[in-house]
Amino acid sequence: MPPRRIVPKRIPMAEQAPEVRIHNYDEVPLGFTAEQAIAEAARCLQDARPSCMAGCPVNINIPGFLHLVEIGDFRGAINLIKETNALPAITGRVCPQESQCEGLCVLCKKYEPVSIGQLERFAADWEAEQGELPVPDLPPATGKKVAVVGSGPAGLTAAADLARLGHAVTIFEALHEAGGVLIYGIPEFRLPKAIVKREVEYVCSLGVQIQKDFLVGSSATVDELLEEYDAVFLGTGAGLPWFLGIPGENLGGVYSANEYLTRANLMKAYRFPEYDTPIARGRRVITIGAGNTAMDSARTALRIGAEDSIVVYRRSRAEMPARAEEIHHAEQEGVQFHLLTTPLAFYGENGRLTELECLQNELGEPDSSGRRRPIPIPGSNFRIPCDVAIVAVGQSPSPIIAKTTADLATAKSGVVVVDKETMKTSKKGVFAAGDVITGGATVILAMGQAKIAAKAIHAYLQSGNW
Amino acid sequence: MYPILKKQILSEQVKLVVVEAPIVAHKAQPGQFVIVRVDERAERIPLTIADFDRDAGTITLIFQEVGKSTKQMGLLEVGDAFENIAGPLGHRTEIENYGTVVMVGGGVGIAPLFPITRALKEAGNHVISIIGARSCPLLFWEDRMAEVSDELILCTDDGSAGRKAVVTVPLQEILESRPEVKRVWAIGPGVMMKYTAATTKPFNIPTLVSLNTIMIDGTGMCGGCRVVLNGGARFVCVDGPEFDAHQVDWELLLQRLSFYRAEEKESLERWEAHRCNLDRAYETLTSVR
Repeated sequence: MPPRRIVPKRIPMAEQAPEVRIHNYDEVPLGFTAEQAIAEAARCLQDARPSCMAGCPVNINIPGFLHLVEIGDFRGAINLIKETNALPAITGRVCPQESQCEGLCVLCKKYEPVSIGQLERFAADWEAEQGELPVPDLPPATGKKVAVVGSGPAGLTAAADLARLGHAVTIFEALHEAGGVLIYGIPEFRLPKAIVKREVEYVCSLGVQIQKDFLVGSSATVDELLEEYDAVFLGTGAGLPWFLGIPGENLGGVYSANEYLTRANLMKAYRFPEYDTPIARGRRVITIGAGNTAMDSARTALRIGAEDSIVVYRRSRAEMPARAEEIHHAEQEGVQFHLLTTPLAFYGENGRLTELECLQNELGEPDSSGRRRPIPIPGSNFRIPCDVAIVAVGQSPSPIIAKTTADLATAKSGVVVVDKETMKTSKKGVFAAGDVITGGATVILAMGQAKIAAKAIHAYLQSGNW
Repeated sequence: MYPILKKQILSEQVKLVVVEAPIVAHKAQPGQFVIVRVDERAERIPLTIADFDRDAGTITLIFQEVGKSTKQMGLLEVGDAFENIAGPLGHRTEIENYGTVVMVGGGVGIAPLFPITRALKEAGNHVISIIGARSCPLLFWEDRMAEVSDELILCTDDGSAGRKAVVTVPLQEILESRPEVKRVWAIGPGVMMKYTAATTKPFNIPTLVSLNTIMIDGTGMCGGCRVVLNGGARFVCVDGPEFDAHQVDWELLLQRLSFYRAEEKESLERWEAHRCNLDRAYETLTSVR
């Protein structure tokens, strides 16, 4: 192949204008047209030794699918992606590409990387436009039954892989809708729920059953599931919200990000009173934390009608853990950032939040995480008036299953301990993957681990050897 | 879907439904609750399980119509169904033979008190029950409570049934005259539980309350149900719903319960206006005919 011409800049992505989109819940980036996708894919240098793939937790053949997009073979491109990634419409939208594939793109050193995530999304959306997804031929039933606990990214991935191997799979979901964090956590404007529904329907089309309204650990224990199923896969995520432990945190108007986003997304409180679940329509909303969940909360607050949406974060801009695109979108929409700011106490009147007291920090030496430590400046206390505060400082796995399963080993942090080669837990027949083994991480990591688990479950079901 | 097999009107505002929910019925224990959702647009609301029949695969739910969601539930008839019922959730009550126990139930709180009372009676306790309501039409299950109690005291605020008193009055008398009382349970409106806690505190009698806070998922995921005890915040859904009444920060609990009052009013008014329009449209339609 002759050397390819370098195109330094990306094809710009059309987006809803910030002043328009803060009044609706529709998706922000509008997606590439076919012509744009072909031109963007052509920016790939098709290096003989591509570096991008090393950054992909599910090993998508990136240069391969980019080439197929470039020559207009969209069907070929999506089929190639789907060989290793069952949920491309989702990962194309929510992966932190800048620290994965795009961060390793050879163009990155001097120029803008290829928009790999947007092209993945393009291929998946193109396929959806072609009508119903064809159901792949399934092998004869093995007669083995697997219980998958949780219908989030890990559970859906494991269920799909196991069903394709001929096993009978039932997913147990505590909520009334399948999709886990994709449904209750990530807002519509970042991941349209129709896409999640489509993926869930696809998994069901493989013969997977979904039992909703079923909380494993309470509706039945893992041991009870093992009486009926040959193996159990735990993909229960990280559902226990962390609070700050500062005074006033239980005032009305102080939410965990889980509660705020679950009200808005799962319960559609942004459409109250058309939908029954209310959400506090704060005029001044403070979000504490700077990860993706924090950006989702701060941007949701604007759409619910906040006049001011303020992010309070104790470190500096460089340490913010959210995807670059989310921070950029939040800034465009008018979210304000109070950086190097530590919350000290909430104040209220008649049980309702009115103010947050904070302390200003300066940056000190790097700490154990390698990030520069925030050092409080004595006497720098100040108060920010607010009527809603959203605590988005992380979460850990729910303790329900560990508490009700005697021989399931967990670490101090609450995560389930597994063998990383097979995702086997300490309990025979039980596997785990996703946030339940890592704490809050990403959709794509959960999916990569679930694929390893599915392979190991298949081997276990065939051999019977633990 | 979870079909309603039986419906009983206990009072103008209090309704009983027997619902087919085999998974819940199979595992339910006294003290546990479910999360129900009436339809696609409905809230998820916690209801304590009033009774269960493992063989029939049914559970009994009792609710008082206060807002839009519960009024809408009240319109469901036999053959209609709940969209979702998840559970059983929360911890079961610790049933033992404690000796003499007092069970205090207020209004719709009598429903969740019943299975706990029955289990305590079966465990050999001497059970004294005090049940009360604002007035006679709001009282129910006097007969069922009598069956599982050694002594039963009825009272109403207006004297229309039993003693004219709030439940804490006979409770106070019992505690003063009968030192053998080992434990008290109280389930009812927040204010009633708060005063029950204040009544038993000077006697230092362990007192348990079953809290019914605002919840979304009911699985420990949102923290909306948090309650503050001496030791810090707890989640009612997974740490409760029963707590030591003497440790509960009642002021905060009552404030959190009333946080969405304006929205609840808005929702109810909109729904009632909508229903009025429907009724009018129906009348117009039938009069034209």
